Amino acid sequence: MKRLSLWLPLAIFAILVGFFFRGLSLDPNAQPSALIGKPVPGFQLADLHTGETLTPADFPAEPFLLNVWASWCITCQVEHPYLTQIAEATMPVIGLNYKDTQSAAVNWLAKLGDPYTFHLFDPEGRMGLDLGVAGAPETFLVDGNGIIRARIQGEVNARVFDAEIRPILEEFRP
Amino acid sequence: MRWLCALMLTVWTAAGWAAIETYQFDTPEQEARFRQLGLELRCPKCQNQAIGDSDAEISGDLRAEVYRMLKEGATDREIKDFMVARYGRYVLYRPPLDRQTLVLWYGPAIFHDTGAVFVVLRIRKSKLALEKGDEDA
Repeated sequence: MKRLSLWLPLAIFAILVGFFFRGLSLDPNAQPSALIGKPVPGFQLADLHTGETLTPADFPAEPFLLNVWASWCITCQVEHPYLTQIAEATMPVIGLNYKDTQSAAVNWLAKLGDPYTFHLFDPEGRMGLDLGVAGAPETFLVDGNGIIRARIQGEVNARVFDAEIRPILEEFRP
Repeated sequence: MRWLCALMLTVWTAAGWAAIETYQFDTPEQEARFRQLGLELRCPKCQNQAIGDSDAEISGDLRAEVYRMLKEGATDREIKDFMVARYGRYVLYRPPLDRQTLVLWYGPAIFHDTGAVFVVLRIRKSKLALEKGDEDA
């Protein structure tokens, strides 16, 4: 009995080390989205370019990326070339222009190119709020039925795509 | 010089307050609920701050949303559910008690009580040993 209690502090220490070691490999900024497995929230938003009203019925019937971006967002500019590649070779990319002005957004696209299928214009961030967006850029993987399958906070690049999007995409796309 | 310092500090403080957004409330009770929700809802962008205490853009947006809902007569429960539906349970600094949060709520008490029992047993044991020692002497 005495011997056993001598080992107790070491055992507690070992358990704590286990917890802290696990903590080292967790990303403290990673937050699960509350919307995984749920449909994209309903909306009625203007097309950034034409002003015509868009609803979820305008989404493609195949998997696509819904990319939340803004002209004031530096990281959006960084990920733009990669998203262009995705839009040209892999799947459609739809923009959600978040808390921006129309003229700034259109200028930004004129300068950097516009590979997006279309852009939802969300100047007040209402749609962003419904999607649980904490800040641009954020990217959602949506399947052909309009169900959100994954959410990426921050830059999408080849590494992130291969690690966090491709595996999920392969799960539901034959 | 001292007066100049005092004056400047006063002016600066006033300028600082001016930058804080102003909301008009119908009742002091409504304002109190706004403050309380501001303390209990967590900023999704900045892990260790409540929205009432954060300068992040998103916190400002969420405060505005809380304000809008309060004005529309939503209950605290409805406002929290609205936030949880969008940002997940993560946004609650005071999550409800259920299986997932059992350890969170009762863990500290269990640690405390275990420690207390341990200490009491220790003291009793040493008291007994002491009394025994007295008898021996």
